[in-house]
Amino acid sequence: MSVQEEALEEKRLLSKTSVGFWLYLMTDCLLFATLFATFAVLRDATAGGPAGRDIYEMPLVLAETLILLTSSFACGLALIAMTQKNIRQVLIGLGVTFVLGATFLFIEVSEFTKLISEGHGPQTSAFLSAFFTLVGTHGLHVFIGLLWLSVLAYTIWRRGITSKLTRQLTLFGLFWHFLDLIWIFVFTVVYMMGVVR
Amino acid sequence: MIIDWGFLLGRLSLDALPDNIVTVLGALGGLFGVLLIVGLLTVTRRWSWLWKTWITSLDPKKIGVMYLVVAGIMLLRGLADVVMMRVQQALFATNGAGPIDADMFQQVFSAHGTIMIFFVAMGIIFGLINLIVPLQIGARDVAFPLLNSISFWLFFAGMALMNVSLAVGEFSTAGWLAYPPLSGLEYSPGTGVDYWIWALQIAGIGSLLSGVNFLVTIFTMRRKGMTPMKMPIFVWSVIGSMLLVVFAFPILTATLGMLTLDRTIETHFFTSDLGGNPMMYVNLIWAWGHPEVYILALPAFGVFSEIVPVFSRKRLFGYTSMVWALMAIAVLSFTVWLHHFFTMGAGANVNAFFGIMTMIIAIPTGVKVFNWLFTMFRGRISFKTPMLWFMGFITTFTIGGVTGVLLAVPGIDFQVHNSLFLVAHFHNMIIGGVVFGAFAALAYWWPKLTGFRLHEGLGVAAFWSWLVGFVLAFGPLYILGLMGAARRLDHYDASLGWQGLFVVAGVGVMIILLGVFFQVLQLAYSIWKRDELRVGTDPWDGRTLEWSTSTPIAEYNFAALDAVEQRDAFWAMKSSHVREEATKFSDIRIPKNSGFGPGIAAVAFVGAFAVIWYMWWLAAVALVVTIVLAICAGMREDVERTITAEQVAAIEKKLWRTRRA
Ligand code: HEM
Ligand SMILES: [Cu+2]
Repeated sequence: MSVQEEALEEKRLLSKTSVGFWLYLMTDCLLFATLFATFAVLRDATAGGPAGRDIYEMPLVLAETLILLTSSFACGLALIAMTQKNIRQVLIGLGVTFVLGATFLFIEVSEFTKLISEGHGPQTSAFLSAFFTLVGTHGLHVFIGLLWLSVLAYTIWRRGITSKLTRQLTLFGLFWHFLDLIWIFVFTVVYMMGVVR
Repeated sequence: MIIDWGFLLGRLSLDALPDNIVTVLGALGGLFGVLLIVGLLTVTRRWSWLWKTWITSLDPKKIGVMYLVVAGIMLLRGLADVVMMRVQQALFATNGAGPIDADMFQQVFSAHGTIMIFFVAMGIIFGLINLIVPLQIGARDVAFPLLNSISFWLFFAGMALMNVSLAVGEFSTAGWLAYPPLSGLEYSPGTGVDYWIWALQIAGIGSLLSGVNFLVTIFTMRRKGMTPMKMPIFVWSVIGSMLLVVFAFPILTATLGMLTLDRTIETHFFTSDLGGNPMMYVNLIWAWGHPEVYILALPAFGVFSEIVPVFSRKRLFGYTSMVWALMAIAVLSFTVWLHHFFTMGAGANVNAFFGIMTMIIAIPTGVKVFNWLFTMFRGRISFKTPMLWFMGFITTFTIGGVTGVLLAVPGIDFQVHNSLFLVAHFHNMIIGGVVFGAFAALAYWWPKLTGFRLHEGLGVAAFWSWLVGFVLAFGPLYILGLMGAARRLDHYDASLGWQGLFVVAGVGVMIILLGVFFQVLQLAYSIWKRDELRVGTDPWDGRTLEWSTSTPIAEYNFAALDAVEQRDAFWAMKSSHVREEATKFSDIRIPKNSGFGPGIAAVAFVGAFAVIWYMWWLAAVALVVTIVLAICAGMREDVERTITAEQVAAIEKKLWRTRRA
């Protein structure tokens, strides 16, 4: 294939994968929408157990939010470095993203374990079932994101920035920002509206 | 130290094997079938052939054929379930005896509904899409070939899980949609509902991935010049259907997920205590379920919209309105789900809203019906089998539509809700629409895919048997429903005087079976006499691009990718005489085979089986292997091979020569 054809092919691949990935993100959005709807319905079904305002620790949640947003920022920097083919900066950016993401997850898991050890597990009431599932599903996505991120970082380190990795890193960026967006909704709908009421 | 190894097997023990004679026979029959196939493959040394040309193939045509084969076999299993129900209701339901007890009867109708919707109808739809869409848009492949293979094998794994429940454990007794609290842990502690959940979850994820895949395929891979309004109408119907998949299946995934949590870690989403809300489930499942009906129906509409013009030798009447109707149906189908539970106590205004929305869907559907009729008007119609199936479709479907509008009136629905009237209605839509559509499609596209026609006489016989059988099998159910017969009854009092009608319905099923027999015979006979039935590349004088390529179709579909100028692109080429065989070729790249699809599906199967039986260690292993496989799939390099221009030239020469000979 000529260089021209090669470039055309690359463009086509990029458009296919990004259209596909946007569609996938939309399906994921709907998955979350379902969980949000369930949460909204079951929010007051505390069945004698604690309500949201009794168990949320807002300072921690705020910290989580800031950490996740910062990690998105780091991820953005890594993407910019990618366009300049600066492998070192890409790796640093991804590293920071990873550390922040992992911290976020750590806080979330400790929040969960604390609740469970206090006897407020997901089996306590419909509200807590919905709470753990919604927040936990987001956490699961972050976990998968971290896995993906590690694999990407490793391959970039080994192989440099190939066109395929550029594509995948772009998609990863989309994914990570998407998780941010979902978290903003979690923060608002689950936590803020939970303590305000 | 003594270790209790019991955890290895979870709750699996010898008790899981069937003890009921009917189940034993069914399980043995299935096992025998599988062993027979395995034996045949081993004796004829076909394993590596099977692995290389089918199992690992990423060619959408092959994947499509595999979907259809699975759907065909599952149709037979679904029919076997029907026979059991019909025998029970016609002969034994009034005196309490009989080979099938209440528990088993419940498993049978649950299995029938689940199999027919998920593994027959969905299989048919995805099979057709795989076979036809790339050809009709003039492409060489789908957007993500590996993903496509993974989708199919997930579908297969779900199907396998569903059937394994026959031999190991039990199937759900909670109906095809498993309403809680009946399907919750408290009332269904066994493995049945878990089998149901995981068969659907795995197959459903496969469908979701397919939905994304085909949308991207249609959006980005159309032949040059094929603007949206020049696409074949079947492709539009697939867009509608796949948009619904992409919007609706995530709801199913989430809902099944929550039911799983309720059943495994004892959360309280849908339980009747501690704040759980079973109605939440019913709403969610129908928010997926109603669109699902249109996921199945829209492609069938598309098929008929292809067939009617070809066999009337006219352009499709009202192409633009057809497109708008398809899209309108797709959008509206998300606004009507509540009509499935008018009786569950939403207020009168809510019911009125959903009733009216439901009736509104009849408008675009009516537009389509009239478009088909106007296409036929003053056409030169030839009543070949595809067209016969269309005639059967349009009558049964319209009757189904009318009874549907009746059911959409909340007041009437209160009377016939949950009765056999409803069962008759939805079979009218689904058999008349989807199943007849599939048979029409098979008769229509078979010669393109194989190079020979299906025997016409046997096809006609099959059609009439199906049609007559259908009327006899479901006509009485309307009457029974109006007489007050509830659905899902294994038993009724003789004094009700229902038995006669049930016997008629049973006779109807026998005639349907006769139709199926004719179809099997038709396939066998046509394959046997394929030389006599041989046809050219374009036997029906077709209008769309799939008829422009060689038969059999090369693995790359089209050697040359000439731009498209009009709707009915091939018709235009034929009538302007610009059609000449390509002589200048270039290299073509096609994807290499891959074992990831079957691999990932096998792991999903094992993982699901482990969760069903509480073998947590195995589930964990499966999870880790899945992650590893996913990473490997993402890191694949060198995934394509090249067919050089010379090779293409040679292949083309050979393919086109076989046609002329
Ligand atoms: C081909 C001939 C068919 C016959 C004779 C037939 C017959 C029946 C019968 C007798 C029932 C049980 C009615 C009752 O509740 O008492 C039933 C239920 C059902 N059928 Fe069919 N059926 C056929 C094909 C199909 C197809 C093709 C589909 C879908 C693609 C389908 C989907 C269903 C569903 C969803 C149920 C409800 C199961 C439940 O109650 O949970 N059937 N059918
Ligand atoms: Cu509906």
